[in-house]
Amino acid sequence: MPEGISNEGIGASVRRKEDKKFITGKGRYTDDINRPGQLHAWFVRSDVAHAEIKKIDASAAEKADGVVAVYTGDDVAADGIGGPICGWVVPNRDGSATHEPPHPILAQGKVRYVGDHVVAVIAETLEQARAAAEMVSITYNELPAVADLADAASGAEIHEGMADNRYFDWELGDEAATEEALKSASKVINLTVRNNRVIPNAMEPRAAVAEYDDVADAYTLYTTSQNPHLTRLVIGAFMLSIPESKLHVVAPDVGGGFGSKIYVYPEEAVCTWASKKLRRPVKWTADRTQAFLSDAHGRDHINAIQVGLDDNNKIVGLRVDTLANLGSYLSAFAVVTPTYLHGTLLSGCYDIPAIYTNVKGMATTTAPVDAYRGAGRPEATYLLERMMDTAAREVGMDPAEFRRINFIPKDAFPYQTAVALQYDIGDYETCLDKALEMIDYKGFEGRRDEAAKRGKYRGIGLSSYIEACGIAPSAVVGALGGRVGLYETATVRVDPTGTVNVFTGTHSHGQGHDTTFAQIVADKLGIPIGNVEIIHGDTDRIPFGMGSYGSRSLAVGGTAISKAVDKVIEKGKIIAAHLMEAADADVEFAEGKFTVAGTDNEKAFGEIALAAYVPHNYPHDRLEPGLEETSFYDPLNFTYPSGTHIAEVEIDPATGVVDVVDWACCDDFGNLINPMIVEGQVHGGIAQGIGQALLENAHYDENGQLLTASYMDYCMPRADDLPSFKVDYAVTACTHNDLGVKGCGEAGAIASPPALINAVINALSPLGVTDMSMPASPQKVWQAINQAQAKAAE
Amino acid sequence: MANINLKLNGQQISASVADNLLLVDFIREHQGLTGTHVGCDTSQCGTCVIHVDGMSVKSCTMLAAQVDGSEVTTIEGIGSSDNLHPMQEAFHENHGLQCGFCTPGMIMSAIDYVSTAKNPSEEQIRDALEGNICRCTGYHNIVKSVQDAAQKMGG
Repeated sequence: MPEGISNEGIGASVRRKEDKKFITGKGRYTDDINRPGQLHAWFVRSDVAHAEIKKIDASAAEKADGVVAVYTGDDVAADGIGGPICGWVVPNRDGSATHEPPHPILAQGKVRYVGDHVVAVIAETLEQARAAAEMVSITYNELPAVADLADAASGAEIHEGMADNRYFDWELGDEAATEEALKSASKVINLTVRNNRVIPNAMEPRAAVAEYDDVADAYTLYTTSQNPHLTRLVIGAFMLSIPESKLHVVAPDVGGGFGSKIYVYPEEAVCTWASKKLRRPVKWTADRTQAFLSDAHGRDHINAIQVGLDDNNKIVGLRVDTLANLGSYLSAFAVVTPTYLHGTLLSGCYDIPAIYTNVKGMATTTAPVDAYRGAGRPEATYLLERMMDTAAREVGMDPAEFRRINFIPKDAFPYQTAVALQYDIGDYETCLDKALEMIDYKGFEGRRDEAAKRGKYRGIGLSSYIEACGIAPSAVVGALGGRVGLYETATVRVDPTGTVNVFTGTHSHGQGHDTTFAQIVADKLGIPIGNVEIIHGDTDRIPFGMGSYGSRSLAVGGTAISKAVDKVIEKGKIIAAHLMEAADADVEFAEGKFTVAGTDNEKAFGEIALAAYVPHNYPHDRLEPGLEETSFYDPLNFTYPSGTHIAEVEIDPATGVVDVVDWACCDDFGNLINPMIVEGQVHGGIAQGIGQALLENAHYDENGQLLTASYMDYCMPRADDLPSFKVDYAVTACTHNDLGVKGCGEAGAIASPPALINAVINALSPLGVTDMSMPASPQKVWQAINQAQAKAAE
Repeated sequence: MANINLKLNGQQISASVADNLLLVDFIREHQGLTGTHVGCDTSQCGTCVIHVDGMSVKSCTMLAAQVDGSEVTTIEGIGSSDNLHPMQEAFHENHGLQCGFCTPGMIMSAIDYVSTAKNPSEEQIRDALEGNICRCTGYHNIVKSVQDAAQKMGG
């Protein structure tokens, strides 16, 4: 590395290139964009959970000040506009297909959840659109709500002809072998857990600004998306039926996603459709209540778990029967989340010879449920890690030691699980040992005694997780019912002066790609990161891309960048060989210089770039001019980050308040490009997991009304709810990508909920408490304490 | 309509505003200062925090008409890209932001807090930021940023 830039390459905690615009208020989010002559859309949403639409009277709204158009489902149907599609389906146990009911962008005939889009009102100003929306009168014939997952199968029919309100009934693993293992086990332990429903709550609400150019017969859509090319594909090919080349999608700065901005929603499609009908730009920005009502929610499982142990407390079999709530309509990745992103993770970090799982995907009259930070893996980790603590308690083992004896040993890789995945590499015991040391596990009983003297219950809880990231090898995706390829693209364009532009198909909405990706390029080319620009979020500028989710950006997108850089270097070597009159094979590239082995001849990277664009002396017989290379990288396997998180809590018996007093984790993400950014991702993930375990809950009442639709009712984690976190790493480099990286975006949210609940149960276990559901609210904890004390007094 | 005169980021301006115009809409839509954000409808999230006469306020909870005669400062008014405010510098240095949406409000709240707090502890900073929600960072690095800035600002 040339002098002065050694602190910018792979492994350095480089301060972020993207920060300056955000800290000075110069970020450009979708709602910051205004187009000349724009109109404003507002949506009349269903205020009932389940009903037939008898009549829509929009006559007053149509005549209201400033109103330009009022659209209903009839207008959508008349123009043949399609709905959001399901991007992945699975086969049922009986061989039949997933039931995929239609999802119109404005309701047709029926509404199926509170928040369902019924009427779009478009007016000169936002105030006028909102005022006119209030004038729309809708007459409903109400039908029974199906609000709770547990009762969904026996509830009123939500979609015509869909029996038992079941979208699918899927299985994975060897049922007979698992039953046999459980039958022969010396001990079988049962546990049922509920993974509570949460709402993503990116701080930037969803928004769209659509514009139609009648000369080009083409649209531009600015929108809050984690994957603009996917948005273009869905709106272009499936909703509006227009050539993809006629739709330009821009996802500018996006204020967080967490999964909720993967999907195409009705609002952005309505804005795009209306922009042509009205020949004027149309803008819509959600308010927070709309975000609560209609952003795809997360989690919501009921898992019945059976685990069998042998005489040595080794796990011999695991059966998990899951009910997954998918809500009123199938969102894009609603089906894959509780199946292939969940069932395949049930082996966790453990050597389990027989596993079987059945998942029933259920409809309810609630908002659609889809991938939320972790997507299926948090649910798998939660049930497994709750079970590990439960089983350890039942057999009287220390939970750390019970995990240790069941870990896949580090010399057993590659390891084929009983649920389809092949883990390439890992070292679970090192992570466990490091985390135990970081939190001073040995000293815990002393801290428990000290807390008891202050009248507090202190508890400690572990969670050892694995996840599958870097989604995903396209052939595997296709074989398992996915309807897309999950490669990633990168174009590396070298300018004549040697500066570099990288066009990536991933999207950064907080993850720091501008910096991390620049470090990879700078490191490989031996140039300062200031000479590298990362461009994302624009379908007209980037060749193609599948976007950012599933902690795939670095493992898949970063590898594509690395491979495109390799192609640049290879081309550069041929140019250099020509200029220095050497054989190709004798040219080497390191530290920004092409050299000829055994000589002192050298050409700087910038000289080769200039030669490629001013090709006066150039190997024209072998190469085209220019220095720009593209890579489409399709991964060979998932990546498998893993680690151990340990929570320590104190509970005040007078109030039931759980105070998170300490947190230590050791994660294995493979090689780290920017440790500072990685640590930030871990912090944020843990906070979201603690939020789910302690504070957050999407609560529908029996009528299907969402009672938690504002920040006054939905408890977001705030600074004073959380501790600072101790974060460290172990490194086993991924074996199948060039960078040896695995992904870090979701680990915290995957690992943390069971660690926290295990800690709460541990704190209360001296009272005889053995279970606690999420969120462990003060009310629930107080009741558990008082019930246990009452029982003890009997 | 109300006629208002105010100093906005150091510049004296006059405007005629609707009586019910929220201050945040005046800033974003009328003045084009889009660094101040809107993240909720209930005055909870803090992404719209600005300073009115040096005090941090949620600009979604004031009317534009109420700032007549006041000095209003938004994120755009506290520093520039080549001359950052110590709080901006601290957020950059300590990785106190990810998606950036809560960041302007967070910085404006933190500046007001640090201007009166002496050597704030981690716990005190966490209490002080209770009115600003961040979904990305888990607050760990925001707390570090504020502590760092407090030292540099001599608070």
